[in-house]
Amino acid sequence: MRRAFAGGVAVLVTATATGGCGYAPAAVTSKAATARSAADLGGMDALVKAARKEGRLNVYALAPDWANYGEMIKTFERKYGIEVNNENPGGTSQLALGAADKRRGQDRAVDALDLGTAFMRNAQGKRLLAPYKVTGWRDIPRAQKQADGSYLNNYGGYISIGCDAKAVKKCPKTFAELLEPQYRNKIALNGNPAESSSAFSAIFAAALASGGSFGDVRPGLAFFKKLKQRGNFVPVESSPATIRKGETPISLDWDYLNLGYRKELLAKGVDWQVAVPSDGPYSQYYNQGVNAYAPHPAAARLWLEFLYSPQGQNIWLRGYSRPALLDRMEKDGTADKKAAAGLPEVHGTPKFPTPEQEDAAKAAINEGWGKAVG
Amino acid sequence: MSDRPATDAGPPGRRRTARRLHWPAVLPFFVFLALCFGLPAGALVYGAFTATDPATGHSHATLDNVRQSLKGIYATGLGGSVQLSLICALLATLCGTLIAQAVVASRRPALRRAVVAACGVLANFSGAPLAFAFVATLGTTGTLTRLLSLGDTGFSLYTTAGLVLAYLYFMIPLMVVTVLPALDGLRTQWREAAASCGATRGQFWRHIGLPVLLPSLLGGAVLLFGTAFASHATAAVMVGSSVPLITVQISNALAGNVLAGQENLALAMSLNMVVIALLVMAVQIPLQRRSARWLG
Repeated sequence: MRRAFAGGVAVLVTATATGGCGYAPAAVTSKAATARSAADLGGMDALVKAARKEGRLNVYALAPDWANYGEMIKTFERKYGIEVNNENPGGTSQLALGAADKRRGQDRAVDALDLGTAFMRNAQGKRLLAPYKVTGWRDIPRAQKQADGSYLNNYGGYISIGCDAKAVKKCPKTFAELLEPQYRNKIALNGNPAESSSAFSAIFAAALASGGSFGDVRPGLAFFKKLKQRGNFVPVESSPATIRKGETPISLDWDYLNLGYRKELLAKGVDWQVAVPSDGPYSQYYNQGVNAYAPHPAAARLWLEFLYSPQGQNIWLRGYSRPALLDRMEKDGTADKKAAAGLPEVHGTPKFPTPEQEDAAKAAINEGWGKAVG
Repeated sequence: MSDRPATDAGPPGRRRTARRLHWPAVLPFFVFLALCFGLPAGALVYGAFTATDPATGHSHATLDNVRQSLKGIYATGLGGSVQLSLICALLATLCGTLIAQAVVASRRPALRRAVVAACGVLANFSGAPLAFAFVATLGTTGTLTRLLSLGDTGFSLYTTAGLVLAYLYFMIPLMVVTVLPALDGLRTQWREAAASCGATRGQFWRHIGLPVLLPSLLGGAVLLFGTAFASHATAAVMVGSSVPLITVQISNALAGNVLAGQENLALAMSLNMVVIALLVMAVQIPLQRRSARWLG
């Protein structure tokens, strides 16, 4: 029973951590805490000054090798002389949300949140978000921001097919091709769809590719069922390590992650090719929001301004993800042309499911995934 | 007779002082228990039976979490975990006991030391490293899979059977370590006595050996059941959610990038696990008391 006991205690300790602390009201003392734009504070210079005075920024779960976050944080620290405290870089959206929620009124609370849309909605429901409109607000497409400025899309990408060109004869470019017998024991996701948003989105994309819609993801589940029946699906969580080993020579993942692995894999002798499937293009963006209980309210707002500045947006571009202001920057010539040219080709403009459609899809996939590939 | 009342009054009084003196000694333990077990357990039960309205932030009592945790995919997960744990516990108990008996019967101290040392190490080799070791050895491109062309036979590591195999890797050694002392407790004299009464080996094991060992074996099996039941990392890395298991589901609900606001459902699932662990322990405690009579 030893391990069961230890497991029990771990679960119980988590329970106290989640249920234990009360909500103390945040000390709303500085002027920055209520600012809804840089203009409210008297312009960018005033914001920078206030943020420098705070000297610190708390963020959570920003993995340095994820979409170029390492460079983003380092550049911000150097540019403004503000120390970024990045807690639990390997964490998840749920953990980041929990850390913001449970630490209201504490110095260690998270200042700015980078979350998937469902978690941002959850944060909004918990009244955790302080509306803030960055300088480039007007140029962000309407579908990619909340009207009140509580949160907005920041960077994102498409579901892509990564493929070890040395392990397979012809790299697949569509979902339909994945069903061919030559890809037996080759295709993996980077996690399970109840936990990993890229795995979840891969099913969404597969649904779009096989006759489904935002409102009906069942064809996506049926696609993976077929993939499993034909012996093509490998249920191992793919990572650069399993790719190198040859266990997961084809991996469905965000294009910015697949492209990010390319250099590392090339050094190990793997020719990693990445394509966005033309039959099921599906994109999703991560969002930024300011915590209403931020202990460093000015730094949090400056962080958002930096993320949406041409400098910050180009850092995303160099990390192979698509920044929210890409269209505007391509028009006014501030986009890093070389980096933009490195993105895989996609046709058409991205469409996004409504929150209701996304929730329904989550319930359907969570319920149906085990049956499809079990 | 005359001093009887005095003796009657004396010992109880002394006993009471003794009790008074010893009682505070266990107080830290009870404080520890209340803080580190009672409090979290209370929070767990409270959380499992409440729901928070996302719009208003108000909590209210509800049975929804528990109801949801006992149906659909979560019921399958709980069932899958119990089934996997039962199979693993049964197989590991059987194999572990046979190996331990072979070691005891060999009467070679060097062999015994080697086996105990190896088992101590292997019993602790679990989690993600174990999963990676198995993927590298028996995965679709694993060394052994290719060497023995296991792929052609339809073998796949990423199934319940593969998971059982991986779990047995650390559970059999665990059983060996657990059951060795009990096997040592079977005295040679009993066997000699049985033999001199004309009993065969089979009869000895059937009527004396196994009944005496049974409680220890069941105790070991319960330990193994708990080990398999609470395992998470090995399964999470090796099969993800394609084999539904409750520990993986709890972790998905508590920390993930897809499902939001499922914390209380996770607590309800944890409560189900606690209930099953308590049920299993309820079977084990009376049995252990019985075994203490023979093997002390």
